[in-house]
Amino acid sequence: MNPFSSGTRLRDMIRAIRACKTAAEERAVVRKECATIRAAVSENDQDYRHRNLAKLMFIHMLGYPTHFGQMECLKSIASAGFPEKRIGYLGLMLLLDERQEVLMLVTNSLKQDLNHTNQYIVGLALCALGNICSAEMARDLAPEVERLLQFRDPNIRKKAALCSIRIIKKVPDLAENFISPAAALLKEKHHGVLITGVQLCTDLCKVSTEALDYFRKRCTEGLVKVLKDVVNSPYSPEYDMSGITDPFLHIRFLRLLRILGQGDADASDCMNDILAQVATKTEPNKNAGNAILYECVETIMSIEDNSGLRVLAINILGRFLSNRDNNIRYVALNMLMKAIAVDAQAVQRHRATILECVKDSDASIRKRALELIFLLVNESNVKPLTKELIDYLEVSDQEFKEDLTAKICSIVEKFSPEKQWYIDQMLKVLSEAGNFVKDEVWHALIVVISNAPDLHGYTVRALYRAVQTSGEQESLVRVAVWCIGEYGEMLVNNVGMLNIEEPITVTESDAVDVLEIAMKRHTSDITTRAMSLIALLKLSSRFPSCSQRVKEIIVQHKGGLVLELQQRSIEFNSIIERHQNIRPALVERMPVLDEATYSGKRAGSLPPTVSTSTGSSLNLPNGVAKPPAAPLVDLLDLTSDDAPAPSSSDGDFLQDLLGVDLAPIPSLSGTSQAPPSGTDVLLDLLSIGTPPPVQTNPSTPIISSPSQNSQTSVAPLERLSSLSSPLSTQVSSPAGASPIVDLLDGLSPSLSMPDNKAQESNFSGDNNGLVYPSIVAFQSGSLKMMFSFSKPPGNPQTTIIQATFTNMSSNVYTDFIFQAAVPKFVQLHLDPASSNSLPASGNGSVTQKFRVTNSQHGQKPLAMRIRIAYKVNGQDVLEQGQINKFPAGL
Amino acid sequence: MIRAVIVMNTQGKPRLAKFYDFQPAEKQQELIRSVFGVLSSRAENVSDFVEADSIFGPDTRLVYKHFATLYFVFVFDSSENELAMLDLIQVFVETLDKCFKNVCELDVVFNFNKMHTILDEIIFGGQVLETSSTEVIKAVEEITKLERASNTISLVPKSVSGWQAR
Repeated sequence: MNPFSSGTRLRDMIRAIRACKTAAEERAVVRKECATIRAAVSENDQDYRHRNLAKLMFIHMLGYPTHFGQMECLKSIASAGFPEKRIGYLGLMLLLDERQEVLMLVTNSLKQDLNHTNQYIVGLALCALGNICSAEMARDLAPEVERLLQFRDPNIRKKAALCSIRIIKKVPDLAENFISPAAALLKEKHHGVLITGVQLCTDLCKVSTEALDYFRKRCTEGLVKVLKDVVNSPYSPEYDMSGITDPFLHIRFLRLLRILGQGDADASDCMNDILAQVATKTEPNKNAGNAILYECVETIMSIEDNSGLRVLAINILGRFLSNRDNNIRYVALNMLMKAIAVDAQAVQRHRATILECVKDSDASIRKRALELIFLLVNESNVKPLTKELIDYLEVSDQEFKEDLTAKICSIVEKFSPEKQWYIDQMLKVLSEAGNFVKDEVWHALIVVISNAPDLHGYTVRALYRAVQTSGEQESLVRVAVWCIGEYGEMLVNNVGMLNIEEPITVTESDAVDVLEIAMKRHTSDITTRAMSLIALLKLSSRFPSCSQRVKEIIVQHKGGLVLELQQRSIEFNSIIERHQNIRPALVERMPVLDEATYSGKRAGSLPPTVSTSTGSSLNLPNGVAKPPAAPLVDLLDLTSDDAPAPSSSDGDFLQDLLGVDLAPIPSLSGTSQAPPSGTDVLLDLLSIGTPPPVQTNPSTPIISSPSQNSQTSVAPLERLSSLSSPLSTQVSSPAGASPIVDLLDGLSPSLSMPDNKAQESNFSGDNNGLVYPSIVAFQSGSLKMMFSFSKPPGNPQTTIIQATFTNMSSNVYTDFIFQAAVPKFVQLHLDPASSNSLPASGNGSVTQKFRVTNSQHGQKPLAMRIRIAYKVNGQDVLEQGQINKFPAGL
Repeated sequence: MIRAVIVMNTQGKPRLAKFYDFQPAEKQQELIRSVFGVLSSRAENVSDFVEADSIFGPDTRLVYKHFATLYFVFVFDSSENELAMLDLIQVFVETLDKCFKNVCELDVVFNFNKMHTILDEIIFGGQVLETSSTEVIKAVEEITKLERASNTISLVPKSVSGWQAR
């Protein structure tokens, strides 16, 4: 015998392990113990097998490997003594995994022990079988277990009943053998056996419809009667649970009745009385009574319809909600959640109590109650519920605010009856918990504000007030900054006052103050600052008196550490300083944000890129429809008109504005757009590439700025590579033209016309000295434009075009401006026009020369879009068109 | 069905662990650790129920009670009544109390064997077997008596013989 194997008793080992200070020490002790146990195992030491197994179980519980003890369990089970068998079966349940080959070895021992004369050994075997039974074992041992269901000792009967549950779960085919013995168990008097018997019936019903029918037909009445006896039974101390007689038995019965009653009107009818009795008579003071009530409610909700009982059941749940015990409130909320599907109206009646639970001190109850409230909201109760929730927001825990705001916002968004109410509630939420609000929420708010033109003034004033008191709420500040930037003048002038409003006096510099504070507050993040910068730029144009101050604020960020802000401030500064003339148009108010596009993007149903939406808009007439790509461009108010800048030296900066990787913008619009798409958008706005060759539509500028008068809408166009414009001071140069060219990038394919291509393919050879026929490039009611062409020798790519304008009408055209745009592969150089007034009735003409260089000469034909603006009797007229029919070879 | 019964102390050391659906040893430790993680971070005055889906898989709930230095944790699925499970913990603890005369953590540590015997008389293969602590104690006492009887017969002479063999 190994002298060390007897070393320590179980108790000593536990003590040694407990004395360990560190995990490493513990591992060392366990390692040593395991080594001695292994040695004992290999020597087949029988004397200490019992103790070694007990030690192994302890070691197993601590999480160390004990697989080497598995065979010891089997040997122990096979031995004759009760203690050995007991520890063996215990080890079997704890140490063995489900590897079939090891378990197969046990089957025989189990069979013997199930037939043992000692009922305790039978009990041990049943217990082990109930825990580890596999399908094979179930088949082999089912007859033994079935026989034991009639064993004289109740302890064995109840274990056999539960063991049968395991067997029928493993092998449902065996269920029919157990139906009648199980039914017999329902007549038991012994509570323990009755509980297990009812449980066996319940599980039989779950695995076999045959059993379900059997019990439904034969046993429902009997069950109801037994339950009635149990309910009315006199006090029995053995099964007493805080004054209630055997709540577990009640619960098992109610559960079986539920399964029998589900989907069967007769059975449901049969149990109505007893359910009503349980629901009304059970004492709700203690947990045990409530457990029964809870089960009873669930049964009532599941069986066939009985509206009276259901109201009773939901009222019980309502009572639970005001119970002082957290657990009861918790389960009640869970059950109400299920009950909504059955009878929402009855649940609605307990709204007030549920609302109280939202304010519970227990976080898990609050969360459930909030979810429940969310399910209860509808159009009719949204206002009072929202008010309650918002009121609670003020006092709620910090960590709960995020959940709460998310739910409030989604309720308000889903059910708001009118926009003003929506805006009001959102402002309340933002001022209360703006820091907990998700980005989508305030994005959505801005979209809604933008779509409510009659509320612009009201909203901006409300925001101004809110920001004075709750300036620390980031998302409130962002919305306020955006609105002040957009609707600043409404704030100052009290435009669009609603009856309910009190007028406020806000000076222009007050409005700028808000932005300056938002800009400088140390907690503001880059998005807020970027938004403030843009808003400042907008105000600089709207409040000329503050322009200088705005400029100073913007300039402060010139040396900022954040690249985005620095770049933006330099750009904006240069707009303010050098481009006074285009600034008003640049910072024009944003067009209405498209709610559908926005919500589509949010829902993810639309691809987040602009390219698809741009594509679709190309089909729209003139491409004038709502710019679908609005979010990107609109944020800067860079509508198409503003884009082609006249300046030569700064010709690129506007493109920067378009193509910028504006960090805050993607987050604003909820999409991330690649810079080139900005160009697409502009093309789209310019409606280049759309078939109609002649357009007399002033609507392009108008869509983006409904309030603009025609004067300003024309103004930007005048600068479109125009020389004769009185506003334009720069002399046109190739550099000046390049922005336009760039803007037309990517468009060329759509310009090439099939017939031109055909002609082109025939064309060959040197075209120097060739004479091209003059064409009537454009003709409207009164205006005619002729193009004549010539080529400078030795340069086939270049064409010199002389445009001759003739006025057929009886009025003189003044302020005559001709503008042209060409695809990117073409360079355009405009010379000054001969005059800016066009005599009436064809008495003379204006000529203008320009030079185009087709860099893809011979591959792509020339194409051009033109715009002609002039005044007739002081009235602005704008004509535009597209020219594709250039002679081949240009 | 009850999925698991775990008794652990407030430091997270398992004192009794019984899983009624098979779990490998490593997984058992992991589960015990995550249960402890949840319980130790719970506030005082909150409900005793925890959604255990993230730990034990879908449709599982966990109910626990905190006595002195011990957590008693029952894990079960939707076929059990939550409030009844709470009462069952009560039955379990009352029974332990009667068996050990004012049960404390040390009793649990050194008698984990007996703990299993008691538990096996209350919960059988994940089903409730007996809810009367008197009945449980009766059964446990019978078993202890049997063990002792055979122990005195078998173990003493054996160890004596082992001693002589040396």
